[in-house]
Amino acid sequence: MCGIAGLYLKSEALQSQLGHHLSGMLEQLSDRGPDSAGAAFYRDPAPAGSSKVVLYSDDPGYDWRGLAAELGLAFGEVDGPAMRATHAVFVVDADAFEVEEWLNQRRPELRVMSAGTTIEIFKQEGLPKLLIERFAIERLDGTHALGHTRMATESRVTTQHSHPFSTGLDLCLVHNGSLSNHNRLRQKLRREGIRFMTDNDTEVAAGYLTWRMREGASLEQALEGCLDDLDGFYTFAVGTVDGFAVLRDPIACKPAVMAENDDWVAMASEYRAISVLPGAEDAETWEPEPGRVYSWTTARAVA
Amino acid sequence: MATDVATEALVVDLATESVRELNQRLHDQGVPHSVRILNPGGKHAIAVGIDQPLEVEIAGHVGYYCAGMNKQATVIIHGSAGTGVAENMMSGFVHVMGDASQSAGATGRGGLLRIDGNASSRCGISMKGIDIVVRGSVGHMSAFMAQAGNLVVFGDAGDALGDSIYEARLFVRGSVKSLGADCIEKPMEDKHKQALHELLGRAGMNGQIDVSEFRRYGSARKLYNFHVDHAGAY
Repeated sequence: MCGIAGLYLKSEALQSQLGHHLSGMLEQLSDRGPDSAGAAFYRDPAPAGSSKVVLYSDDPGYDWRGLAAELGLAFGEVDGPAMRATHAVFVVDADAFEVEEWLNQRRPELRVMSAGTTIEIFKQEGLPKLLIERFAIERLDGTHALGHTRMATESRVTTQHSHPFSTGLDLCLVHNGSLSNHNRLRQKLRREGIRFMTDNDTEVAAGYLTWRMREGASLEQALEGCLDDLDGFYTFAVGTVDGFAVLRDPIACKPAVMAENDDWVAMASEYRAISVLPGAEDAETWEPEPGRVYSWTTARAVA
Repeated sequence: MATDVATEALVVDLATESVRELNQRLHDQGVPHSVRILNPGGKHAIAVGIDQPLEVEIAGHVGYYCAGMNKQATVIIHGSAGTGVAENMMSGFVHVMGDASQSAGATGRGGLLRIDGNASSRCGISMKGIDIVVRGSVGHMSAFMAQAGNLVVFGDAGDALGDSIYEARLFVRGSVKSLGADCIEKPMEDKHKQALHELLGRAGMNGQIDVSEFRRYGSARKLYNFHVDHAGAY
């Protein structure tokens, strides 16, 4: 199974309630994915020239302040750590690529959950309720967010195996389904220099998108490439710096519903996750067609 | 649960009561003939397994398997329906006023399913006698392995309509993106027009559309029939 939720706010007045509404959506999807839960929020942009990284350590006593001091020595100004449960958010006065590279070399024990200017990814094992409580998700503001509840089918249940997966700066992927050619594709992508942390199939799809866009494809082109290069079942939702995109495989075994009104655009695995949003009953609601890329950027629908 | 004094209808609000309690009431003897369900909120398995001639109205969108296994009852959904609405219906009437998701009317053995909007993929998959009328369009793989009954589509049909079909009749007014294995177009004779007219009458849609605008599709009977010329191959 697995559950997906995406919410894009057109109304600025709703931005302070983004976390509240995404939490409501995730709780509705609890029984589609009780193994782990995660969310990606687009919020609180880093100042121009700076970047934001979210880091995870499985050591509860990790010396985040020590890391902040070292980051300060390497890059100058550092804001953080802003702690959310096991995750630490840092804003660093440097390019995100440089910061990620530095972290990979100096602190290989850490996992970079997300990197970019606005994205913040939080995820862990267990029900969405637990994620919402421990990470205070309800209080997060922002312009848009994606969420996921996982029912594991092909790899272990850990924080690293949870969704969303980062697919590059300010990009992330959530997935409902399973891929059958991920092993071979992972080998190919490794040769192209894409790094993988787990044996998870969705991470390969995320790596595939990263690779295609690194080679010059637009997000839409990279998603269309999935139709040819990925074998398996999927409904994907991809978060971008200014919106989100949705793709279902051509057979469309995995569900998806979309809805839109004057205040928001939402997608979810099931309507019940949309039903908790204000005005859902009267929103235009439809099922995205298989094999077609839908994307929203800054309140404009490009289908 | 409460009884509306004016209409003597049973009113069930799913914001405060469980689907399990609701379905138990719909299975109990002596339940009021008329039932109104509020705040369905996309919940699954609403009004499944009814076996008495009730009139059930649902005010909003429903989740998976709504009115599944229905016998005798009329179920009207004032909204859209998730996967498998009226799946395995035996008799009665289910009316979706919005759209229906995948596998609408799957494996249905009887009764009538009317969908006012579109139905997505696999509408009428493995239908075994149910009649399905869709005012909009249907998605890919509709009437897959259909065995008996009628699927009527006012709009268009997606890829692979009627793949591996047995004996069901398919009527489509718009375009068909592609026909599935062993599904062919067949002549629309007067007796088929009459049957379609009668079916639309039962769906409460007579006079809305000219039955001669439909084209008929069905089985070429080459896939599932033993063909004596191939005897040597076995």
